[in-house]
Amino acid sequence: MGDKIILEDKFQKRIDAGEKIEPKDWMPEKYRKTHIRQISQHAHSEIVGMLPEGNWITRAPSLRRKVGLLAKVQDEAGHGLYLYSAAETLGISRDQLFDQLHTGKAKYSSIFNYPTLSWADIGAIGWLVDGAAIINQVMLTRTSFGPYARAMVRICKEESFHQRQGYEIMLGLANGTPEQKEMAQDALNRFWWPSLMMFGPRDEDSPNTEQSVKWKIKRKTNDELRQQFIDITVPQAEYIGLTIPDPDLKWNEERGHYDFGEIDWDEFWTVVKGNGPCNKERLQARIDAWDEGSWVRDAAMSYAEKQANQIGKEKLAS
Amino acid sequence: MSVDRYILSLSDNSMILGHRLSELCGHGPTLETDIALTNISLDLFGQVRGFLSVLAARQGSDVTEDSLAFLRREREHFNCILTELPNTDFAHIIVRQYFFDVFHKMQLEVLQQSTDQDIAAIAVKSLKEAKYHERFSQSWMLRLGDGTEVSHAKMQVAVNTLYPYVHELFDLTEWEKELIESGVAADTETIKEEYYRLIHQTLAQANLSTDGLSNRYAKGKHGMHTENLGFILAEFQYMQRAYPQMEW
Ligand SMILES: [Fe+2]
Ligand SMILES: [Fe+2]
Repeated sequence: MGDKIILEDKFQKRIDAGEKIEPKDWMPEKYRKTHIRQISQHAHSEIVGMLPEGNWITRAPSLRRKVGLLAKVQDEAGHGLYLYSAAETLGISRDQLFDQLHTGKAKYSSIFNYPTLSWADIGAIGWLVDGAAIINQVMLTRTSFGPYARAMVRICKEESFHQRQGYEIMLGLANGTPEQKEMAQDALNRFWWPSLMMFGPRDEDSPNTEQSVKWKIKRKTNDELRQQFIDITVPQAEYIGLTIPDPDLKWNEERGHYDFGEIDWDEFWTVVKGNGPCNKERLQARIDAWDEGSWVRDAAMSYAEKQANQIGKEKLAS
Repeated sequence: MSVDRYILSLSDNSMILGHRLSELCGHGPTLETDIALTNISLDLFGQVRGFLSVLAARQGSDVTEDSLAFLRREREHFNCILTELPNTDFAHIIVRQYFFDVFHKMQLEVLQQSTDQDIAAIAVKSLKEAKYHERFSQSWMLRLGDGTEVSHAKMQVAVNTLYPYVHELFDLTEWEKELIESGVAADTETIKEEYYRLIHQTLAQANLSTDGLSNRYAKGKHGMHTENLGFILAEFQYMQRAYPQMEW
């Protein structure tokens, strides 16, 4: 018991000194579990996040937009791939992680449980959802677990490209015809509040924060990050002439921040608990892709084994 | 103009197959295959943009790459039927891709020498991509053909469905024959034998057979399509039709 305390103490000192923890290093079991949970949840969000945007690929309005969207959704698949690999370094397989997703044991970001109803939603998601993700992820580039921090550095660059691309779509629509502007405003109306919910519950309802701060998974609280997002995004909306759907939104000179209205926490918990507009469909789409792909994965495995046996035999014979 | 039609026919193969692959994004059997198929779709749409921007510049006035891509009717598309057939399952996706990729690569090799400088330039650039596509689809032909009993059976069904459309890749229309003469179009007669040799070699390695299969009616290059194309276009053209003449 005493040994363990000494180990944990040394471990924390390394983190405090700004050292990175690598997969082969000793780590407390709770650190390992927390990271598997957080990194895989992040990976699942990338993969499930492909679905709402993938929904518009075949209907993109121009070739340039189609190629931009295909590339974006492909980037998200790449993000999923790095993150699953980072989680795998902690001793869990990708198959196990998928199983946790498919059985509902693992969560993913609730924002992807909202439907994409118009082309403007693709702009709104890039602008707001990737924008909110960046705020979380920039913080994570300095987290203590090495593979996670490094994955974040790479991912953040692409996310900021996505954010600009999304904003540029919105800018074009907002300056377009009345139908286009209406489409953009409607997308902002629907995605604004769910984007604010991406930062999680209010600080007083958010457990685990202290531990996360110690491990540098978190450097700021949910409410601080949410405020940062609002302060950055409101002027961007004003610049393109769209209205944030919050009558209580107001610049507070004294605080140096925007005041904003109350988030509908009932909606937040409804979606988190699985009853949002698309929870069932998103999960089912992942399960279907996995189930329909099982014969493909089996065949690839069996073929690889045959090839390995063949090489083995040839080696024996020579 | 027959050159215009030829460029459209090259572009339409890439566009319609690119569309079929784009339907799969986010639904592949593994993340790696999902990424690879999206990549192929991106390459194909890149080629489409190359061809259609050249054509738009030549036609002038209000013609743009998007008006050419999104505002033609069913009968004004000249892709081969193979490229519009549905994503029935991963076996169909791979077999369709492989049959097309080998042809595409060989056709681009010839087109590098096209007397039409724009076509030649696009061919040079696209050839690298087509070679990569072929490596991908061929490796999956072998994996699935020689994988498990289940995968083999599914692949044989896909071959039975798709092989009967392969002949159309070599169908030479009247307007194409003219262009072969002037060195603009690829004379696919010259690559036909090698094409069949290559695909039959792969099919044999993958334990797949084409015995007893006969060619099916296929006149996509003449603008006669299957019922699939109308639905593809309904989706593909939706935004441009619902919101005409807007910038996106
Ligand atoms: Fe991402
Ligand atoms: Fe992103």
